Amino acid sequence: MNLLEVKGASKAFGGIQALSDCSVSLEKGKINGLIGPNGSGKTTLFNVVTGYEKVDAGEIIFNGKPITNASPDQVFALGIGRTFQLTRIFPRLTVIENMHVAAQRSGLSGLLARWSQSHEQKRAIELLDYVGITRLKDTPAGNLSYGQKKLLEFAFILIADPQVILLDEPAGGVNPTMINLLASRIRGLNELGITFLVVEHNMEFVMTLCDRVTVMHRGTKIAEGPPAEVRRNPAVLEAYLGD
Amino acid sequence: MTKLLNPAGLLVLLAGAIAFPFVINDPTYTTIAIFALLFAAAASGWNIFSGYTGYIALGHAAYFGVGGYALAIMCQRWHIQGGYTPFYLVPVCGLIAAAFAVPLGAVALRTRRHTFVVITVASFFILQLLSYNLRGLTNGSSGIDFPLILQWGPDFYNLPFYYAALILTLVALATSWFIRNSKFGLGLLAIRDDEDRAQGLGVKTGASKLIAFVISAFFVGMAGAVLNYFIGNVQPTFTFDSLFDVAVELMVFMGGIGSLSGPILGALVIESADQYTALQFSFGPGLHLLVYGSLFLVVILFLPQGIVPSIKGQWARYQASRSNDQPLPSANGTGPGSPAMGVTASREEAKA
Repeated sequence: MNLLEVKGASKAFGGIQALSDCSVSLEKGKINGLIGPNGSGKTTLFNVVTGYEKVDAGEIIFNGKPITNASPDQVFALGIGRTFQLTRIFPRLTVIENMHVAAQRSGLSGLLARWSQSHEQKRAIELLDYVGITRLKDTPAGNLSYGQKKLLEFAFILIADPQVILLDEPAGGVNPTMINLLASRIRGLNELGITFLVVEHNMEFVMTLCDRVTVMHRGTKIAEGPPAEVRRNPAVLEAYLGD
Repeated sequence: MTKLLNPAGLLVLLAGAIAFPFVINDPTYTTIAIFALLFAAAASGWNIFSGYTGYIALGHAAYFGVGGYALAIMCQRWHIQGGYTPFYLVPVCGLIAAAFAVPLGAVALRTRRHTFVVITVASFFILQLLSYNLRGLTNGSSGIDFPLILQWGPDFYNLPFYYAALILTLVALATSWFIRNSKFGLGLLAIRDDEDRAQGLGVKTGASKLIAFVISAFFVGMAGAVLNYFIGNVQPTFTFDSLFDVAVELMVFMGGIGSLSGPILGALVIESADQYTALQFSFGPGLHLLVYGSLFLVVILFLPQGIVPSIKGQWARYQASRSNDQPLPSANGTGPGSPAMGVTASREEAKA
């Protein structure tokens, strides 16, 4: 069953066609990879799915319901979390405050509750433990190292219990030990039922981690299938090596 | 980390503030205190929006003016006698200012950064212009006088105003504290750091910004009502004071923008100094503007974060160095445990 489906999405920025009639589907419970050369539209696809950009044409369906052009907070509330290629955390808030931002609640009493005494506090600490940065919880997040910021961004998405997590280059600029930690965390969460879509240039990471890989080129899908199959696909080789 | 101000210290401060007009029962000084406290309330209210969200609003003088005019017009229309009754109407004036802030804020908040600043300034001038021209309501440039308070003698006159200002400041401070510790306030601080990211994590950014804007207008409006009642009249030039925002912003920046006590401290220091110098040395008109300008530059140069965050930073460093100097605590030691444990941990890591 497909949890998330993008049907014929198109998006142009001025004269640049970032997405052209792009259809991608995400199988529930799988770790899906998304690869493609620079400028092939991967990040734009993330942006239209998560509400940061509006599509010019096409449809986005999540759990059988259309979410085309919903706002980012609505998309997040439905259960789609994402990270950014250039990590986006809240630098002047402490690590633990960063965790609570993502644990927003609706309703007046929820909004007026003191965050430090909310029931999410325990969960926030658990998640920081999970990625190994609990000892930094009272540090302003801006003081963290690049890799620690990536771990924090990953952890605060989890606090909202998303069904799908979109990761934009999680292994970019991160040392091998941390890449292994990240991969094991992704696998662990996947076993708990979270579906992933991972954009990554590190081929080894993608090929060993993902169950299925989608390849994009010039704003559209050119191949899809298990990693080993995609690797041998002539269209993929051509896209990467030039035509 | 040991806190700089503990509950006992705060109680002493509060007791001092309550006792102040009895200890120093000189109208010169209680007048200064009234002005300082009203600006503290306004600065604290301004900080709830601009300090927490990072959107610098430069048109809150509009709500200060609306609050003052609302009280004057109500007193005039309903033939209210001078005395305590107008004080009871101060929250109503705050609500009226807040009602003005809903549409004006909604328009301004469609923009960000510089454009937002310009639109808030424009909204102030629109309201000032209205106060000149809606003569039937505002009596044009001659303004409206508040009813005289004949029954209060010179020794007593300042007391009700002082306590009204003190209550207003405390309520503003409490609201600010409450918001700072709530999920709503955390959302505002997230907006300050990265608004789009905050929205992507479920923060209702549009509604949050507008609510914070309206709350800040509510407090500024109430401060405007009390201050104008104290002065005794409303006039377009003084009630809608184009320098109000410069003053409030200077106070907040000096004390520490986005902090809880910073706006209060900044307002108490600057407004007291301003009033005192104006009384003691009769500078020529406009000279205090030079003082504002140079103070602003000094603050930006030497205390870019403001007094409170700078002192907090120094205090944290002092605490850290003190706990580093101490020998490792014994098993029953009462010294600060966690920093010392951090030291042992790092030493062990170094060995490993």
